[in-house]
Amino acid sequence: MSLIATLARLEAVSTGRAQPIATVRHRRLSERPLVFVPLTTAGEAGAPLGALVGTDRDAPHLLVVPQPRDRDLRFAFLSELADIVLPYIDTYAEDVEAAERNETDPETGKRVKVEVELCADAPQLILPSRAGVDFVRLLGRSMRFRRTAEQDPETPYPAPPRVPLLGRWLTHFGERARVPGSSLLLAMTDVLARHWATGQSTLEDQHLGALLAWIAPPQGETGAEAALRAELARDAQGQLLCPPAGPATDPAFDNKLLAPAFERYDRARTALAAAEDGLEADDRLGDLTAAEREIRALVESRTRPTWDAVWRGLDLVRELPEAGRVEERWTRDRWSFTGHRDRVAAGEPPQPRRDDAVTAANKLAAREREQARLEAQEALDDPLVMAGRRLSGEAFAGEVTEVVMAYSEGKRPSPRPLVTVRTDDRPHLGERAKVFRSLGGKPQSAEFVGYEEALDKGDEDGGVGEDGRDAGALLVLRVLDKMGRGKEPEEGSVPEKGDLVCFTLFEHEQRGGAKLPDPEETPWTHGGPPGEQVSEAADPLTEEDVL
Amino acid sequence: MPLPRTRGTALRHRLAELRGPDVAAKALDARALAALAANPGCKRRAILDGAGVNKAALASALGSPSAFGQSQFALTRGNAFEAKVKADGGAELLRLVHEKLDRGAEPPAHARVPELAAIGPEGRTARTALALREAGEARGEWTLLDHPMLALDVAGSPAFLEPDAVVVHPDGSWTVVEIKSFPMLDGSADPAKVGAAARQAAVYVLALEQIAARLASDSAPAPRVRHRVLLVCPKDFSNLPTAAAVDVRKQRAVTARQLARLTRIEDIADTLPDGICFSPDLPAADLTAAVESVPATYAPECLSACELAFHCRARSRASGAVTSLGRSVRAELGDLTTVEDVLSAARGETGDPDDPAVAALRRAAHLRAEALGREAQALGRKVPAAGQPADALGLEAVAPCR
Repeated sequence: MSLIATLARLEAVSTGRAQPIATVRHRRLSERPLVFVPLTTAGEAGAPLGALVGTDRDAPHLLVVPQPRDRDLRFAFLSELADIVLPYIDTYAEDVEAAERNETDPETGKRVKVEVELCADAPQLILPSRAGVDFVRLLGRSMRFRRTAEQDPETPYPAPPRVPLLGRWLTHFGERARVPGSSLLLAMTDVLARHWATGQSTLEDQHLGALLAWIAPPQGETGAEAALRAELARDAQGQLLCPPAGPATDPAFDNKLLAPAFERYDRARTALAAAEDGLEADDRLGDLTAAEREIRALVESRTRPTWDAVWRGLDLVRELPEAGRVEERWTRDRWSFTGHRDRVAAGEPPQPRRDDAVTAANKLAAREREQARLEAQEALDDPLVMAGRRLSGEAFAGEVTEVVMAYSEGKRPSPRPLVTVRTDDRPHLGERAKVFRSLGGKPQSAEFVGYEEALDKGDEDGGVGEDGRDAGALLVLRVLDKMGRGKEPEEGSVPEKGDLVCFTLFEHEQRGGAKLPDPEETPWTHGGPPGEQVSEAADPLTEEDVL
Repeated sequence: MPLPRTRGTALRHRLAELRGPDVAAKALDARALAALAANPGCKRRAILDGAGVNKAALASALGSPSAFGQSQFALTRGNAFEAKVKADGGAELLRLVHEKLDRGAEPPAHARVPELAAIGPEGRTARTALALREAGEARGEWTLLDHPMLALDVAGSPAFLEPDAVVVHPDGSWTVVEIKSFPMLDGSADPAKVGAAARQAAVYVLALEQIAARLASDSAPAPRVRHRVLLVCPKDFSNLPTAAAVDVRKQRAVTARQLARLTRIEDIADTLPDGICFSPDLPAADLTAAVESVPATYAPECLSACELAFHCRARSRASGAVTSLGRSVRAELGDLTTVEDVLSAARGETGDPDDPAVAALRRAAHLRAEALGREAQALGRKVPAAGQPADALGLEAVAPCR
């Protein structure tokens, strides 16, 4: 946490309300996100208990597994989920625009531009919390290797059609969520915590109810009071007023309400199976339906508050204007989505259980690159984020006090103007350090020449006395590029006296790292050349499996 | 050496007083001992645990009940899984121990599974020690101890610990087995849960090492307690067991150091005023005063480890301590420990401008105010509406980033 963010938290404590740590919205929010609020059964490896899912905040689909230990009921749940999620994804897969992509021509080995399809927009999944995002990964893993009866007639417990496909999509969403700055799958707590600092710790911010309580406390209440109520308040029956955002449920709910309801359901089912004639069966079917309805009501009562909280969070974040470079990052999400759409259409096997060395290295490099890109872009988009970078000496802002024209030495002299900037910031500038500013969205680079006083005195140390610092330092920079080809710099490409400028010490655009060798050239130390792609076997099934 | 004994007795007596008359001591279990390592500086926790106070009951009596509980579904599943792992004389469990930890040994075709039942924890501890001695004499054979009872001396009183299982290898060495019901998915499990299991296992290793040291004689060296424990979990989405060896040397060292420090309970007890008692039957006001007489070191991590955390959090917040926002917050703030100190230093009202922490704070406050178009002096005073669009926050005052 930077000192500025810490200060914001302390301010939140003293004002009783969350404080902004961003002035613009740094994540894309789709016009039509799919909100997914799942619940899981305690102690089971991801056996879903139910979920609210949908794109309409007033009419969520309620899916319930009345007995999570029953495989058929779980499959029915996943099948219903697929029937909601996959059509939603399909609407985005169909709408495409033409785009170009660089590819290596297999014959000549040259980089050529290829015309490809790019989906015009991408779907977006919103989960309440980080634990929910993990649950999406878990669901994806549990489904993508399943076999349907069509794929493998011999399989002992065939999955309903489309369930393995849902698994592959959820896996893709889950993997994409690990890429910094991506917005295909978002946890509401993360999005809110990115834009507001509360008066509690980051650990407590994981509680969606408490986080919202700090950001938008009810009238006449402080954030601290409202958050405490969201965390701990219980009704007369000992149930939390604000149920956990899931997927885990509150133990008191499990023990006091859910377990007896399961028991009634099981009893009704046994009774129905033992019915001897049609009339009796009809009667008992009624009991079973009633028991099932009760469990549905319980699940809805625990998911609906979270569902509403997620939409309230969306409202709050939407009030912030979108940051300038969010669109560019969203385009990367669209590429990622289009890529997976194409892999599914091409009949490629599901994502492997473990990545091979080359894929893993590529993924890691991509995440590091995206992290650096995200940090740079957020700072450029948002003066409050930039303030943090200025505090840490990675950027400086100030007024131009003088511009002296100068030229490079060489056959064709190019402009290399010297710009003097007065700043109160204390950038960590080394000798001839490169600095960058954003000029019409493109980075212009300059070189640090020295501090003005030091230049005047011809001081070799290049240091500035304490007095000089207090009054603000005068930095001399030599502008290096983006001034056109002529002898005179293009209009507006060089700052003028009186301009306010902001330079960063970090680069604005990220270059890819060194290329990995071709797959055939991969050394054995790194897994060797990939063999024939083998489709992985489904998980072995046992009678007592939970998923 | 009569002195230590007297001192030990005196301490036990004193701790019983703290617990309150007619209140049975809550036995320290491995989970509680392991949690101590998470916040070693907390005297409140140390004395309450050392005295065997039931912290959950105490928290409820204080009006800040703990939120710990276990779902019966998780409990059922955990028990069913453990039973499955140990079924058939522990054949599957021993196969996993052999495969993951001791491939050089004879495969366990059959194993001795001694009966460990006895009356009371002391009886069971003695029975376990006897079984371990006998297992050591039966060289070349595998022995499985199902739910043995181990005693560990904690601050002068024994804590009784019950590991899921201990396996004696044919070479006479001992292995702790932890059976957990969280899944190992494609060979990896939730790191937080594995960490907790490792800390717990480390406590068992320490307890076994004490027993091993007692078994040592001139003719035979003390049996080796292996520092790699076996963690058994369900594989993927099934309930078939799979296992991994977990190295607990680090956790063992931390816990050992922590337990050695725990003996300072005596010192803590000495500093308490007379008549202090933590009995949950006392009125809340008295209890609050009693609890306040021992300093706590609250940090948000306590919320997941200590029953008293909500009480300590409320006190920490009421006193304006910055650590209630996280331990890392302290690092940047130097000597400033309360929210108001920090804010007034940031506003420039108090604090020494030559103090680097104060100077950094003022710069941070200035930069933040500039970016938000506010006055740094107004820091933490006015209540601006959250969720306002950025232009309402006065962004025109911001230096354009050109």
